[in-house]
This record gives sequence, C-alpha cells and structure tokens, in this order.
Amino acid sequence: MSEFEPQIVAFFCNWCTFTAADLAGTSRLSYPHNIKIIRVMCSGMVDPKFVLKAFLNGADGVLIGGCWPGDCHYINGNMKARRRVALLTEVLKQYGIGEERFYLRWIAASEGNMLKEIATDMTSKLKQLGPSPLRNMGQMAL
Amino acid sequence: MPKFAKLSFKKDQLNKELSGFFKGMLENGAVKAVLVPMAQAKKGVRLTLVTSAAHTARVDPFAPIAAVSGAKIASSLTSRPSGRKVAMVLRPCEIRAVIELVKLKQANLDNVLLIGMDCLGRYENTDFAKFQELGGTSESFLENALAGKTSMPDFDIIGACKICEFPMADNVDMRLCAIGAENGSVFIEAVTGKGEEVLEKSDLKSGETPAGRDEAVKKLVAVRTGARDRKFAEYRAETNSFEALGDKLAACVNCYNCRIACPVCYCSECVFLTDTFRHTGEQFMMWADKSGMLKMPNDTLFYHLTRMTHMSLFCVGCGQCTSACPNSIDLMPLFRTCADKTQARFNYQAGRSVDEEQPMAGFESDELVEVTGQVK
Repeated sequence: MSEFEPQIVAFFCNWCTFTAADLAGTSRLSYPHNIKIIRVMCSGMVDPKFVLKAFLNGADGVLIGGCWPGDCHYINGNMKARRRVALLTEVLKQYGIGEERFYLRWIAASEGNMLKEIATDMTSKLKQLGPSPLRNMGQMAL
Repeated sequence: MPKFAKLSFKKDQLNKELSGFFKGMLENGAVKAVLVPMAQAKKGVRLTLVTSAAHTARVDPFAPIAAVSGAKIASSLTSRPSGRKVAMVLRPCEIRAVIELVKLKQANLDNVLLIGMDCLGRYENTDFAKFQELGGTSESFLENALAGKTSMPDFDIIGACKICEFPMADNVDMRLCAIGAENGSVFIEAVTGKGEEVLEKSDLKSGETPAGRDEAVKKLVAVRTGARDRKFAEYRAETNSFEALGDKLAACVNCYNCRIACPVCYCSECVFLTDTFRHTGEQFMMWADKSGMLKMPNDTLFYHLTRMTHMSLFCVGCGQCTSACPNSIDLMPLFRTCADKTQARFNYQAGRSVDEEQPMAGFESDELVEVTGQVK
C-alpha cells in the first residue's frame, strides 16, 4: 500500500508567507506537494469558516501563514488572526481536531527556508497521525 | 451598602403587592415605562411594556417562563432608544445577555433601570401552560422551588436552569429577592444609587434585611455548579468526536431557529442566509460527486460550528436554543460546553462586566505566544 499523503490547505498572506513560498521556489528549495496554497491578502482575513470548510471537506491539516507580529502589512491583521485561531482551536479541539492539525505560523518574506522546514515538518507529522477523523464521515460532514 | 425593603404578602396576594410597587414607580415618575412579565388576557405570561399606571394589575415577575429571551426585547427597546426612562424586570441570564449586547452596541442601558429577579428556573412554554392548568402560580412555584422541588407530574424546569450558577442577577440597579426570604415575603433590594432613589420615592420602608439570603444564594449556587460540572463531564464524554457531534445533530433540519432564539447571536444578517450559501445546482452536484451522495439540506455541521465561533464567547446558557428546536435537539449543553472552553481560553465570562472587552474586539502584541510557539 502506498504511503498516506495528507492534504494540507494553506492560507498564506500575500506579503510575507506567500512571498516566502515564492522565495523558496526561486531558491530551488523543494517542499512537500501536500501543501495546497491559497493566497490571501492577510492572515487576518482568514475567516474561521474557511478553516471549518476545509476540515469538513476532508483536509487533514490547515496551515495559516502570516507576517511576524509587528510586520503586518495592515499593521495588526496577524494579531487578530492569532485570537481567531485560538478561539477556533478551542472549538475544534473538543471534537478531535487540535493544534496537531491546525497551525498558525509566522513566516517572513525572507524566510523561504523556514517555509520549507514548517511544510516538511507538518507533512511528516500528519503522515504519522493519519487521516483526519472527518474523512470517515464522508458526505455527512458536508 | 445595599438597601432592602420587605414586601409581605398574604396568600395569593404576591402579584398584587408587586403591582403596587410598579404602579407607584409609574405614578411618582421614577420611570416612564416598565417592562415586566405580565399575565396575558387568556393565558400565558409575557414580558409587557407598560406606560400607564392603570395597567399594572396583572404583573407576574416570578412566573417560571421566558417565552423569548428578554435580552432581545431589551435590545429592540433600546438599540434605537426612545429617550424615556424604562424599568426592565429581567431574569439573570437575560441581564447577562443584555450586558453582551451593550458591548456589541445592540442595546443601551443609559435610560434603563435594570431590575433583576431571583430566578429559580423556568418551564418550557408548553409545560408552563400545563403548570397553569394544574393550578400552579408564581407563589406556589417559589415556595416549592425554594424547598428544592421544581418537578411537576410529567415535566420539570428546563435543563439549562438546572445547571445555571447564576440564580441571582448582577450588574443591576435593583433586585426582586425571593431566595432567603421567608414564605409570605419577598424583598426589593436597591443595589445602585439609581435603585436607591427609586426605592426612596416608593412608599416601601427600607430597613429589614433578609437574614439568610447570602447563605441561601451560596448554597443554591453550589448545588447548581455541582450539577453543571456533572452535566459537562457527561456531555463531553458523549460528544468527543465529530462523528458523535454529527449524531447529536442528526435531527437538525437547518431551520436556524436556534440562532433566531439566541439572544447573543449578534449578526444582523446571518451569513447562512446570504448569497454565499446560495449555491448553484452544479456546486451541489460536485459535492455529491465527491462521495457519490450528499445529505440535503447540507452544511449542518458547518452551521453549528460557525455559530460556535460566533456566539460561544457570549453564551449565557439561557437554553433558548433548546427551547426553540422543533426537532427536540438538546442544543444547550452543546453550546454551553463549548462556551465554557472558549470563554476560559480568554479568561472571559459572558455578562460579567460591561467594562470587560469582548475577546474578538481587541488584541495584544505579546499575548497567546503558544498559538504559534514561535519566538523571534
């Protein structure tokens, strides 16, 4: 049987983390293809519904990437994102999806290497953890 | 120092004595209107807005019913205020919800004299009708409930009230106190300066205090807190996976009544009713294609989880969601267990204080480091 390949939905902020992904690419750094990037203008615009929908549709992990505190292009969107992530984590944790599947990480535009590390690390951890419990529910989760 | 005025009453005269108090408030101009539970012409008790002293005869503030959350009524009356000073007699859960609505700028207490009644629980709407048919009155309810007996032949107070640790209202100007008062009496307490003025204007004499009140309140809170903790542990053990959550919500038909009944579901337009969720036929087909079929209406879990991220920080545990469900899903423990977690994460308690900032309304630059676990 082939190895389990987790599906990770990644919301990357246009100014830092997405640029870091770009940098990783131009620097010829490779990271696992399990990360499916959705480019958003700011981590602060990631509505909890986006994350819920991803998990309910069977994502094994969700990664939100934003600028480091103090570096947000919109001054403080990332800090609002942090509170929202804390809130949503509390909701999801009760039913079996916790910090191990739902990441918020700060990755600056110059940190292509860190992007590679976090993507690789998250993928390998999720491989060990196995598929999301919501996958078993199939259409009932939708 | 809180001031108490004793209100003694003879059998079947409690509401008459209380109506005298509200009548006086309107007559002496302390307030221009009173929002108070009142017996309706035929049956049932509803919050009623009274502007004429001639119409206070049927007040029934201790009736064990809250057909809709009074917080929503308070919001209707004050979000675009009339300018008239109004006294509102509300249950503790309703008052805590009003506090949250004030912070959301959906209610305004500037011209409001808040009167909190001691709450020993409420019956479901339909059960209250049975209660009245069986000859139950607020007096009989108070007497029995204070002795620990709320159950009737085939119904009882709702689950939310059994685990409610707030029988006494805080953040009020006055209280109608039943806990700790002997049979045949209730107390009217002035808590704030505003409340004291009203009490002084009335013809009630303040002085005597209910001796056993603090202790009696403490005892009741302890009983309810214990019941709450047991209920939480039991419910969490039953609902510890998405699959179990799905089972709990299996009867849901996406009618969204729980959100309509919820006093703190604050969006003026629910996203689930917007074009965002008006999908094309092709979209539904694509979802169905994914596993070969799709339950309709869909997005049931999505709706309830979204609601949790919206209202759980403000949930006061009033139980209106359970009451509103046409398919008898007991939603209260679902939202209360969730609220317990989310409020604790931000060291927040819905309705505790009007000065406490709602968690999603702000942020600090150096907080919640554990979310990312990264330090520069």
